[in-house]
Amino acid sequence: MKKFLIPLGFFLGLVIFLAVGLNRDPKEIPSPLIGKPAPAFSLDTLDTNAPKFGPQDMKGKVWMLNVWATWCVACREEHPVLVAFSKANQLPIVGLSYKEVQPQDEPAGKKFAPQEKLQFARDRSALWLNRHGNPYVLSAMDLDGRVGIDYGVYGVPETYLIDKEGVIRYKRVGVVTPELLQSTILPLVQKLNAS
Amino acid sequence: MNLQSVCIKWLCVATWLLLACLAPLQAKEAAPLAEDPVLEKRLIHISEELRCLVCQNESLASSRAELANDLREEVRKLIRQDKSDSQIKEYLVTRYGDFVLYKPEVKPLTWVLWFGPFLLLVLAILGMAYYLRQRQGAQTGRPALSDEDRRKVQEILKSGDAP
Repeated sequence: MKKFLIPLGFFLGLVIFLAVGLNRDPKEIPSPLIGKPAPAFSLDTLDTNAPKFGPQDMKGKVWMLNVWATWCVACREEHPVLVAFSKANQLPIVGLSYKEVQPQDEPAGKKFAPQEKLQFARDRSALWLNRHGNPYVLSAMDLDGRVGIDYGVYGVPETYLIDKEGVIRYKRVGVVTPELLQSTILPLVQKLNAS
Repeated sequence: MNLQSVCIKWLCVATWLLLACLAPLQAKEAAPLAEDPVLEKRLIHISEELRCLVCQNESLASSRAELANDLREEVRKLIRQDKSDSQIKEYLVTRYGDFVLYKPEVKPLTWVLWFGPFLLLVLAILGMAYYLRQRQGAQTGRPALSDEDRRKVQEILKSGDAP
């Protein structure tokens, strides 16, 4: 009788390992940036007249950085959630427009000059935000994706929560859902605002 | 041999020579993929041990994802800045985590990963040895027939013989 239990025990162990392992999302990689200062940058924004933006401008505030692009399909799903969330005025949401201009956008055999590229990205982003609503206090233009690399971006949309001292507290890869806002993001924002 | 055939012969030789001379020139025109083969070689060497984050089963060297392209460009830049292999890997790990390394560093956090399988192997060998010993013990431990037993057996056999 006891001998019969040994392979059964092994089998159950295997089942538990597989159940945990297979239910994990392999796209969700723990970010090494959590608890580290948000990497500095200085980028042009959507607004032609506004000065360049950097994370140091948000010192003293808890804020959200949302990486997006008009070509990003999942962003479309996420966008209404962010628009609704921004109306609740819980915290400022800053957009990071990630590689808005894709290689196929450029005329064949020719590359945009930097100014042309920026203009193209601004025009298309503004159009998109007009149509779908603008949840952002401003949107920084990361045209070549260099800032994205510093933030470890590998799948748009991505969302970061940054505290008053400029430290990254939370990162979400993929779509922000209303459930996620309620269960994780809002409690964390309240905690960070209180401290 | 008339003059005409000599002329044709020389023309052929001249054409062949011309082509032979041009061939390497043409090979040069189809420029090598990399401007700097040494740099490219190092790039491939490094990026083969790095994971592409978009298509996770591909290395950074072989992936055609756009992010992989950007990251290769980043690595090229770092190579030009004379960074060492480990510095370059460190650069990517601080941004994307240990997950980018196909060969994670040996540190307390990854001990289970590195030594776990060997620990299981040792445990399995110990368990097997224990099991085999017990079984062997059970076999040799069976009481041998005593002289008394043998006598009884003989008696039974004999009595069985008698009609």
